[in-house]
Amino acid sequence: MFAGFDFGILWLNAPFLWNGMLLTLQLTLLAVSGGLLLGIVLAVTRLSSIKPLAWLVEGYVNFLRSMPLILVIFWFYTLVPKLIGRPVSGFYSVLIAFVMFEAAYYSEIIRAGISSVRRPQISAAKALGLTNLQSMRYVVLPQAVRNMIPVLLTQSIIMLQDTSLVYVVGLRDFLTSADIVASRDNRPTELYLFVAIVFLVVCFSASRLVNRLRRRYAL
Amino acid sequence: MIELAHVSKWYGPAQVLDDCSMTIAKGEVVVICGPSGSGKSTLIKCINGLEPFSKGTITVDGISVGDRATNLPKLRSRIGMVFQSFELFPHMTACENIVLAQQKVLARNREAAVAKASELLARMGLAEHASKYPAQLSGGQQQRVAIARALAMDPIAMLFDEPTSALDPEMITEVLDVMVKLAEDGMTMAVVTHEMGFARKVADRVVFMDQGSIVEDADKEAFFGTPRSQRAQLFLSKILQH
Repeated sequence: MFAGFDFGILWLNAPFLWNGMLLTLQLTLLAVSGGLLLGIVLAVTRLSSIKPLAWLVEGYVNFLRSMPLILVIFWFYTLVPKLIGRPVSGFYSVLIAFVMFEAAYYSEIIRAGISSVRRPQISAAKALGLTNLQSMRYVVLPQAVRNMIPVLLTQSIIMLQDTSLVYVVGLRDFLTSADIVASRDNRPTELYLFVAIVFLVVCFSASRLVNRLRRRYAL
Repeated sequence: MIELAHVSKWYGPAQVLDDCSMTIAKGEVVVICGPSGSGKSTLIKCINGLEPFSKGTITVDGISVGDRATNLPKLRSRIGMVFQSFELFPHMTACENIVLAQQKVLARNREAAVAKASELLARMGLAEHASKYPAQLSGGQQQRVAIARALAMDPIAMLFDEPTSALDPEMITEVLDVMVKLAEDGMTMAVVTHEMGFARKVADRVVFMDQGSIVEDADKEAFFGTPRSQRAQLFLSKILQH
């Protein structure tokens, strides 16, 4: 069925595609870790008893979640240089946009995870003499994280796929690189098939890895 | 050891505790009973400050529970509590459940904490279940682990909030047996329960509550003989019918 196809094209362009892959992975890892960190801060602030701060975060989260990601990328590309008064590389402006955007989603996942732990569990922890902080650390968060993992993974995979939007600021991620090769050498089928398989493999291995970690640490 | 004086509590406009006073002396076993919604669970949770109360005072071993200056975590670590639905931590083994607060609150080293846990699990007849997770244990076993978890803190008193209400009949006995032994060993206990057999066997006093107030506070013999209040007579006649 693949008669007339030339998969050698992949091999010829391997370094170029690999560079795209590196950018995709780099962006994903940085955006996921940054988004998670900021997301935890946002979630805890939103659950805190300091109401004005909680409302501020709620506004931030709702605002960002109603924007298309591509618009957020555009903004930061034009906004950040104006704010700090000097040009910023496409990579950093995109990274900031991703972190801010993902944090809004992660904070909602984390908040739901924390709220999913039954109240009496906190009572039991406190009845043993644990402080609020200790109850959070040893009783609530471990259970919350276990509940959050599948959704966090899904969100991170979406993040991986969304990195392809960076083409709008001229960056070459994996999909964009493949696209460039596809149109230059007129081999779209081979390239797009390859991209699909790679995404499939990466996502599948990521979910396998997470499942294994969950079992290993009895999360 | 535990003294409640004129304790009242409101949820918004609804009064759930109305001027409740009672004392529990060292080594005493007090059973608190009454119809559902009478405030008995709320009352027992006020004793270790899990539920705030609006008026009155509660002192445990001379320390005022309602006082803002009281170090509540420290006080709670000295009062064991057992819940209706066990509330073991599902992400930890039976042993880890018992070890956690010993290490984090009492700052015992790990060996001492594990040794204590093993000793208590053996006492509960659960030695072979130490490394199981709560989900792998029956309700009766979970509740005994929960009792062991509370005892590991060497509490000066134990509070039981309907410890057998969520259990199948055949598991109630194994939990009650442990509690009877505890009472016989001289533990100070406040027990919210409908198990009148348990009350007859080990209680020193029975407190009967209705609609947020303590209607009757009597010696066991007096309570089961001729309760003074009509409400308690009615309650007893209903639950002792079968």
